[in-house]
Amino acid sequence: MLQIPCPWCGPRDETEFSYGGEAHILRPPDPAAVSDQEWADYLYLRDNPKGRCREQWCHSHGCRRWFNVERDTVSYRISAVYRQGDEPPGGGNDAA
Amino acid sequence: MARNRYSILSLVRNALSHHENWQAAWRSPEPRPSYDVVIVGGGGHGLAAAYYLAKEHGIRNVAVLEKGWIGGGNTGRNTTIVRSNYLWDEAAQLYEKSMKLWEGLSRELNYNVMFSQRGVYNLAHSLQDVRDVRRRVSANRLNGIDSEWVPVGELQRQIPYLNCSREARYPVLGASLQRRAGTARHDAVAWGYARAADARGVDIIQNCEVTGIRREGGRVLGVETTRGLIRAAKVGVVAAGHCGVLAAMAGLRLPVQSHPLQALVSEPLKPILDTVVMSNAVHGYLSQSDKGELVIGAGIDSYLGYGQRGSFHVIEGTLQAIKELFPIFSRVRMLRQWGGIVDVCPDACPIISKTPLQGLYFNCGWGTGGFKATPGSGWVFAHTLARDEPHELNAAFSLERFVTGHLIDEHGAAAVAH
Repeated sequence: MLQIPCPWCGPRDETEFSYGGEAHILRPPDPAAVSDQEWADYLYLRDNPKGRCREQWCHSHGCRRWFNVERDTVSYRISAVYRQGDEPPGGGNDAA
Repeated sequence: MARNRYSILSLVRNALSHHENWQAAWRSPEPRPSYDVVIVGGGGHGLAAAYYLAKEHGIRNVAVLEKGWIGGGNTGRNTTIVRSNYLWDEAAQLYEKSMKLWEGLSRELNYNVMFSQRGVYNLAHSLQDVRDVRRRVSANRLNGIDSEWVPVGELQRQIPYLNCSREARYPVLGASLQRRAGTARHDAVAWGYARAADARGVDIIQNCEVTGIRREGGRVLGVETTRGLIRAAKVGVVAAGHCGVLAAMAGLRLPVQSHPLQALVSEPLKPILDTVVMSNAVHGYLSQSDKGELVIGAGIDSYLGYGQRGSFHVIEGTLQAIKELFPIFSRVRMLRQWGGIVDVCPDACPIISKTPLQGLYFNCGWGTGGFKATPGSGWVFAHTLARDEPHELNAAFSLERFVTGHLIDEHGAAAVAH
């Protein structure tokens, strides 16, 4: 089980959280203006990295707030936690 | 190259020499510099594709590249269930093709895959479950797939130890039953296909990891591996949980996410359960292996992960469900637990498709339910590779469906939660 450091409540068990998938995916501001391919990219296409990933978690059974986590998908080690809307630590996220 | 056929005579002959002279089941050749087709991933699906390329399409200049060893990936990590009772027409026909191939597979491969049509029950625990299951039973029958509704009284007679009490937290109200469904020996399927493909000239190359996909001007030239560059006119990727990593090597993104999926087995027991029981609502599935172990499947971890392990609370939840269904197993001890990395699609259906890169094909996204599809998956993928176009059975399982919106939504429809 992961132990996830909520930025508001501190480290808690994974069972208190729900997973929100890849972070930094922006809904196209005008959905009617994008092509089917661009809409499919937004809806379905995801990075599926073996290594560093940036993902969303919600502290559902705690403060109920969303935040972003930088985690390694092989070691499962969490290297950073930051608020949504903030730049990821170290930058380098094209989608942001 | 011809391998010895397995038969009662070969068994006797080898017994006389104390089983010390059995021929290796397949060769271990050095990779050649180029092939007509290279298949990346030596699991059941990839080996089946190689076998049907050689058998159905006469393409024998084929290599299967496996980064580990045959039978060491998801092929050897699943819960061995085979069924074809899917809701939607496209999925039902694909899995039923597989079922028909399963029914003759041991004879065809001259290899005992221990296919056992012991039946699969899918339990219903609420009135809505009952409606959904009965709808699926009807849909299956319209597609020519055997399926029947078993009311709870009859169910209790057929599976005496199943807790059908009205006092249960989620009472069992009935089940669907597919009698032709069952189990097979999972790694034997990979070994059988490997041996049969090898006998037809396919090179099976283990300990050979693909590290890059060589391409030029919109078409694929071959693969870079830990054993050097291997050129190929066509590359078929069948790498399950690692398909996203391989897609990234080709500059592609897929609508697939990799998750750990866990399973576990108990200590061996005397024969007690002669069928397969699955429950979508409480999420657990259970059968008994020929060795006597209870084989139990859990759910996926919610998060992206490539570590072949999962969180303990997931198997804890599954065992609570199993204990509720079968209180008699409450003191059975678990022997082993493991995880495999599954590639989950948004609609819980596979992608068996050409890609924007000429000569590059993907067969992935089988998620939590790929084992049952092994023969059919290989059969349609071989067709797709050989003809450069999908067979009618896999035409709907294209990458384009995520753009056109023609998803085949088997999430929750396919008799068990994915």
